[in-house]
Amino acid sequence: MSDNKGVEKPVESKLDQEEKRVGVFVCECGVNIGGVVNTRAVADYIGSLHGVKVTSVNKFTCSDSGQADIQAKIKEHKLNRVVVAACSPKTHEPTFRACIEEMGLNQYFLEFVNIRDHCSWIHMWEKDKATEKAKDLVRMGVERSKLLEPLQASEVPVNDTALVIGAGVAGMQSALDLADMGFQVYLVEKEPSIGGRMARFDKVFPTNDCSICILGPKMVEVARNKNIKIMSYSEVIAVDGYVGNFNVKVEHKSRYLDVVKCTGCAKCSEVCPVEVPYDFNEGLGTRKAIYVPFPQAVPLRAVLDKDNCINCKACAKACASGAINYDMQTSYTDLNVGIIIVSVGFNTYDPEPRHDYGYGLYDNIITAMEFERLLNAAGPTGGHVVRPSDCKEPLRVGFVNCVGSRDKNTNIYCSGVCCMVTIKNAQLLKEKRPETDQTIMYIDIRTPFRAYEESYNRSRDLGVKFLRGRPVEVKEDPVTKNIKVRVEDTLAGEMRNLEFDLLVLATGIVPNEGIGKIQQLLKLSKAADGLLMEAHPKLKPVDTTIDGVFLAGVASGPKDIPYAVSQGSACAGRATILLKNKKAITEGITAVVEPEVCVGCQVCIPMCPFQAIKFDEKVNKANVVKALCKGCGTCVAACPTGALEQCHFKNNQLLAQIKNVFRFEEVAA
Amino acid sequence: MSEGQTVASTKEECWVPNILAFACNWCSYAGADLAGVSRLQYPPTVKILRVMCSSRVEPAFILKALKDGADGVLIAGCHIGDCHYIDGNKNAEVRINNTKKALEKLGLDKRLRLEWISASEGLKFSEVIKEFTEEISKLGQNPVKEKIEPQINADERRSSASVNKSAANVQGSEVK
Repeated sequence: MSDNKGVEKPVESKLDQEEKRVGVFVCECGVNIGGVVNTRAVADYIGSLHGVKVTSVNKFTCSDSGQADIQAKIKEHKLNRVVVAACSPKTHEPTFRACIEEMGLNQYFLEFVNIRDHCSWIHMWEKDKATEKAKDLVRMGVERSKLLEPLQASEVPVNDTALVIGAGVAGMQSALDLADMGFQVYLVEKEPSIGGRMARFDKVFPTNDCSICILGPKMVEVARNKNIKIMSYSEVIAVDGYVGNFNVKVEHKSRYLDVVKCTGCAKCSEVCPVEVPYDFNEGLGTRKAIYVPFPQAVPLRAVLDKDNCINCKACAKACASGAINYDMQTSYTDLNVGIIIVSVGFNTYDPEPRHDYGYGLYDNIITAMEFERLLNAAGPTGGHVVRPSDCKEPLRVGFVNCVGSRDKNTNIYCSGVCCMVTIKNAQLLKEKRPETDQTIMYIDIRTPFRAYEESYNRSRDLGVKFLRGRPVEVKEDPVTKNIKVRVEDTLAGEMRNLEFDLLVLATGIVPNEGIGKIQQLLKLSKAADGLLMEAHPKLKPVDTTIDGVFLAGVASGPKDIPYAVSQGSACAGRATILLKNKKAITEGITAVVEPEVCVGCQVCIPMCPFQAIKFDEKVNKANVVKALCKGCGTCVAACPTGALEQCHFKNNQLLAQIKNVFRFEEVAA
Repeated sequence: MSEGQTVASTKEECWVPNILAFACNWCSYAGADLAGVSRLQYPPTVKILRVMCSSRVEPAFILKALKDGADGVLIAGCHIGDCHYIDGNKNAEVRINNTKKALEKLGLDKRLRLEWISASEGLKFSEVIKEFTEEISKLGQNPVKEKIEPQINADERRSSASVNKSAANVQGSEVK
């Protein structure tokens, strides 16, 4: 019985009888492959293999002329299998599938061999060995190609509603664009108000316009839009399904008040006796246990923080509309959506645990976000910049850049926005108190986009000093609580001892806890920096490897506001292709059961993560539901009789490849 | 057939390990791509075979590879919790560990390795290959691989593709 496994079945179908005419196209990729691998030698060797009718070497097989060459050779040599030895199928398989399909060949008759990423690029100094390896890889591909079978990609219907997770500026833009195109959008936000990080900024570079003044109207626009359903104080807790048909469970945390009755008057907060650090102000100042997140919050509704509530019921008495409900439970909504846009944002680096530059040890060291809230008129000090130790206005302020960025001990990457944040903060302080002496300590100043360099120049003109060097020692004067910094001026080549009343750390961008959750729920990839990974860094910057799931904003890498907004719109545009067409093309790679071989043991059924295998009691056979099957092949590997096969990754196809990894036959020849 | 092919011969000194790596399409294959894009140099001892999921790899494939000439077999998939197919990699883990147990009896278990390599871990991919190559170099040639076969024709190839009984046993061990 188990002998069926791995045996090429002697079924004499029409396909088996057909003569296999293989064409092999070796790409030089400029010098990327050609500079290392002797492509001519590979082509000559492969040309000697059984069934290979023609080989061709192209400078760029993916170019117009390269593809024309493939098409001409298909015609001339009546090829029925095409092997392309080039870069990665992850990027170029669709190109060549389309190319051969135009010539009437089934797109699955393409075999793609990676001799660049998996060969020439990683064996740059071993040219002969790389050439030999390329021969092996292409031979594996040729042998597999002869066994390839035609498949049909299938169409699935797409539900034309969208889910946007995270209502920061990027997510709001996606939601607005989709809603304006007429699609129903669910906008899920875990905080009690939409707006995200941008709502906390005082002013935004390079134009230094008031952040909430430009964001506020947008937040209201989102709330007013009839096609957008805001689900604030809610989180996505489960997702299943696939492109066009995602089933999503959303958890609505209890606000302990009726949002329909609440008017956001904040009378409840006035009477609440409990004060806790105010997270919206970066922990500076306090809020009450029942509070409206901030004056411009959307929805403008209070929220009761049950963890800090002492149950005095003062708020219930104060509430004129009787909205407070201490027994309110967490509720849930099930959604069915066609596409998902992930814009879950970020955190700023926390210097507290490592006490970077003395943060957490000395009072007068704060982060740039804390400084931002001090600058803000609605902040804890009403816009007066004061230092924490004595609430006096600082006259000497130091700024340290790249805290938690560009540092092997924390994060290796550049957070991109901190230079401009510091430059802007210095300008704002100069505008408030021109006599303040300010020094920015930096590694490099990076100001790449429109008006950024100009803003940098402006702060120089305002008298902000720039010192290239990282502080090597930060100490507090125990009496004055001033901060003494020892820093190497690397341009002048000398050590400096500076004293500041206040030191501000420009902390970098780090992933937030939401990223980990969403990554696992949606099966997305994470990059080395811990942020989410796009499908292609250049050509598919807002797509993911999961069809129908898109990424916007800082969740996929540090970005400034215009970039995040552009990505929000880009996601809406990409998503519209699916939403408008109301259909998506899915791979033809699924599992199939050969009923004659199936003995009805049902081993496969619990194996399937998608419940795609059903058991037909009447005939005692397993049956794969194609629409549910994602084509992982786990059931195939479990089937003890070999009745299950994974299309395009059939046993005989893989065994042919395995067999041809090794070249004993040729050695003997 | 072609010249200069002296890789696996009877001479021990010119032997270099021959490793077959099964890489899942979503994480490890992309990780190997990233190693390439990052130009991380590692020894040309490995050939990568793409599968959609690490759970597609059957014990029979591993045995077949060892029988046919692999000195080492690597199975690389997404990290637990990151599987594109929810938990295919957990199935792979069970399957590969069972196969490892079976190989222990043959003294071949060190030649089989399972690794979780994400799409962003190009460095890890190259490190794993370097390490595994070193390990296999220390172990020496796979003793059970079939020595040089005569040139075989298509019919013989067909029959030699059948899988030996031990493969079936390993397969059976999974049926609980």
